[in-house]
Amino acid sequence: MIRVHDLVKTFGDFRAVDQISFSVEPGEIFAFLGPNGAGKTTTIKILTTLMQPTSGSLTLDGLNPATHQHEVRHRFGIVFQDPSLDGELTAYENMDIHGVLYGVPSRVRSERIERLLKLFELWDRRDAFAKTFSGGMKRRLEIARGFLHTPKILFLDEPTLGLDPQSRNQLWSHVKNVNETDGVTVFLTTHYMDEAEKVAHRIAIIDHGKIVAQGTPAELKEQTKTESLEDAFLALTGNTIRDETANAGADQMRQFTQMWRR
Amino acid sequence: MSAIYAMWLREVKRYLRSRVQIVASLAQPMMYLLILGFGLSSVFQQAGKGNYIQFVAPGVVGMSILFSSIFSGVGLLFDRQFGFLKETLVAPVPRHYIMIGRTLGSATNALMQGTLVLSVCVLAGFRPVDLWQVPVALLFMMLIAIVFAALGTAMGSVLKDMQGFQIIMNFVVMPIFFLSGALFPLTNLPGALAIATSLDPLSYGIDGLRASLIAVSHFGVAKDAGVLLVAAVAFVSLGTHLFAKIEI
Repeated sequence: MIRVHDLVKTFGDFRAVDQISFSVEPGEIFAFLGPNGAGKTTTIKILTTLMQPTSGSLTLDGLNPATHQHEVRHRFGIVFQDPSLDGELTAYENMDIHGVLYGVPSRVRSERIERLLKLFELWDRRDAFAKTFSGGMKRRLEIARGFLHTPKILFLDEPTLGLDPQSRNQLWSHVKNVNETDGVTVFLTTHYMDEAEKVAHRIAIIDHGKIVAQGTPAELKEQTKTESLEDAFLALTGNTIRDETANAGADQMRQFTQMWRR
Repeated sequence: MSAIYAMWLREVKRYLRSRVQIVASLAQPMMYLLILGFGLSSVFQQAGKGNYIQFVAPGVVGMSILFSSIFSGVGLLFDRQFGFLKETLVAPVPRHYIMIGRTLGSATNALMQGTLVLSVCVLAGFRPVDLWQVPVALLFMMLIAIVFAALGTAMGSVLKDMQGFQIIMNFVVMPIFFLSGALFPLTNLPGALAIATSLDPLSYGIDGLRASLIAVSHFGVAKDAGVLLVAAVAFVSLGTHLFAKIEI
């Protein structure tokens, strides 16, 4: 469903993604794990047509996101890592405009919006402006929105960030559900190893823009001779904390090069 | 089509919900109309040019449309900042639909703002010479709104953060406003200034407004409408092109 070969993305001298290759089979739940600034979000942005790769080849359902942007956009849904709601619209309106943009017919749309807002316990607040929501509620709304249409591939970029355990459970059981009943392929990133271990069929670990290991959770534990995925992760990526300044530097560089590219 | 409508509706909803901003943005045009208008009125009269309030009101209407359409278009920057832009960029809808929906929404908001300013001008003593020509004036207001909403969207597509906003204000919006003849007649200008004003699309918009509201025209209505139409097509194409290339 997703094939990536020797993908590279550079911002100036900084190699955010450095020759990575992996593939995700149809119907699979694939977790992409790595420390802050490892290149996870950059990879997702390239796969979801928001960014052009520097080099390498990739296909999504047989199509190249760099050249067949429109066709590719028909095939995936995404829950972004950072906020993507319109705060000046109500919760319901945020869902509704998404439904229109993704071509969900209006009758199905209102039914599904109601079901999803109830599932993520936002129905009572449906007419409140999104800007008045707490962080967790905004997150829940974005997740509910992500499930409004049924894509072939669902990207979840750190979807559980800032969520309480109840909502997390709700989210993962829903993810498993659409994966099993609708055959949706899921590509996710998270910092919670227990979640990855519970839901993912296969895992790739990325660090400093390179993939350092790939396999099922059991294979990764065996490979590193560790007891838990968390230990395996630490064994593979080391104990050093990636400080925020390194990250901010990358961000600045990104903005700077983007500003001068045109 | 439904995507264009959805984006249009979103822009209009956002405008109608920002009541404070609607009232606040009446302040600047009112200063031009009332202070500058009455302040220069006797000099203008002595120069044999007639009533300055009558002369400047169409300019003030054009100015308010220019400002609100460009700012509404540049509102793209806020969407980039708050993240909603990404949501629309990955949607399975051709990007030019998104851009056109946004631009029409911005233009609609600017047209509403311009109509509001025109009404306030009438309250302040401005009188259109021929009421039958007011619909023509509304058409010109619509054209101005589309031209500059598209320009705003085009610029918003290229800029990455709010710092660019100042640059737009000082190097694009203010020159367009001052060169447009909103505040002074375009007749008998020094050569360089005459050339500069004739390159400013807003000059034709304001000239069209004067033609329809106070029956005074420098370029002629046909030329006014023609230039605005060409500018609209050019800026919408430019905006569509730049919007389609946005990377996050």
